[in-house]
Amino acid sequence: MMSQKMVEGLVGVFVLAAILALLVLALKVSGLTSFFPGEGFMVTAYFDEAGQLKVRAPVKVAGVQVGEVKSVELDPTTFRALVKMQINKKYNDIPDDSSASIMTAGLLGDNYIAITPMYSKTALANGSQIQYTQPAIILEKLIGQLIYKIGNSGKEEQHEKI
Amino acid sequence: MLTHIVELGKFGINELREFGKAGVLLYRVLICWPNFRKGVPLTLQQVYMEGVLSLLIIVVSSLFIGMVVALQGYHTLAKFGAAQQLGPLVALSVTRELGPVVTAILFAGRAGSAVTAEIGLMKATEQLSSMEMMAVDPFRQIISPRFWGGFISMPLLTLIFNAVAIYGAYLVGVQWLGLDPGVFWANMQDSVDFHLDIVNGILKSVVFGIAVSWIAVYQGYDAKPTSAGIAIATTRSVVYSSLAVLGLDFVLTAMMIRGW
Repeated sequence: MMSQKMVEGLVGVFVLAAILALLVLALKVSGLTSFFPGEGFMVTAYFDEAGQLKVRAPVKVAGVQVGEVKSVELDPTTFRALVKMQINKKYNDIPDDSSASIMTAGLLGDNYIAITPMYSKTALANGSQIQYTQPAIILEKLIGQLIYKIGNSGKEEQHEKI
Repeated sequence: MLTHIVELGKFGINELREFGKAGVLLYRVLICWPNFRKGVPLTLQQVYMEGVLSLLIIVVSSLFIGMVVALQGYHTLAKFGAAQQLGPLVALSVTRELGPVVTAILFAGRAGSAVTAEIGLMKATEQLSSMEMMAVDPFRQIISPRFWGGFISMPLLTLIFNAVAIYGAYLVGVQWLGLDPGVFWANMQDSVDFHLDIVNGILKSVVFGIAVSWIAVYQGYDAKPTSAGIAIATTRSVVYSSLAVLGLDFVLTAMMIRGW
């Protein structure tokens, strides 16, 4: 039989492991809150349309992930979507006149933010705002426009025939 | 014809009597909460025997279950071009169902059977009676610590099972099959709710913990004091616990999905 102290120590480690697992489940799996701010700087951007953009969606430059979306909120005065994103501090030389657009991974995939670098000498820093943005493309709107155009072009052809 | 009806009645009365005895046992376990100074070390000893020693089987099986669910799910989801929904698929199925149920069944096989055999052998060799002769209450000394040990261990094991299974899914989905880690975690966090999914899963495991420990303790205490009796009791303990867990799981899920 092991000594009582040894048993108590092992049970303590067991309980600690379970609490750790609960923390992982709460923070990492259900995303309750994030206690540990990652190392990086915050950048904001206003979009006319955020689409299906979610918190923790990737922020990419040339397809390489450089950060993630921290929050998507509605600006109460301009009624545009205010997106806050955190960019890894090792990418601290992205020009500040770069443009941000919300793209879709694949036809039905998830949204992510693509930053296209421009040529300014000053770089994005903590708290800076990206001026040039492109809204998310909504597939339904696109189809609606397409159908409208096809419908119209059909009518014109009919008119021409008559 | 009449003899058959008599047999049925006898069977029914016997079952009812068994159930009543089990109820009395549970009542005595709950009432005979061992006093703090002596009871806590005994219970800790049982948490070690039932919980810590079950860690290996729980961790290994949960890792592989997470990996298999991720692998199967990925190939099915990829057919519909929805492979990025792998995170929610794995997290929801593990936290809601697989975690509590598989942990409880493994626990019944690993720890429940051991408890039954131990108590059964104590009864067969008349250790329980000799304890009573020495004015040591076997409920306080033997039965109650084993019940509470299982009750405490089960939710903790379930938590570890859930976390390790999701890590296994991450290994397969992200490291091996090349999903984007941001999309994997983002979709998971988007669809997993802490109270609705994780807390309900833990609630289930608490209920399973009570059921499995109760059955294990009762089958041991009620075993016929022969070697064949202990064998039957151990088998029954595992079979009844597994059936009770699966049955209770359906009832609990129905209650939780309808919002209590």
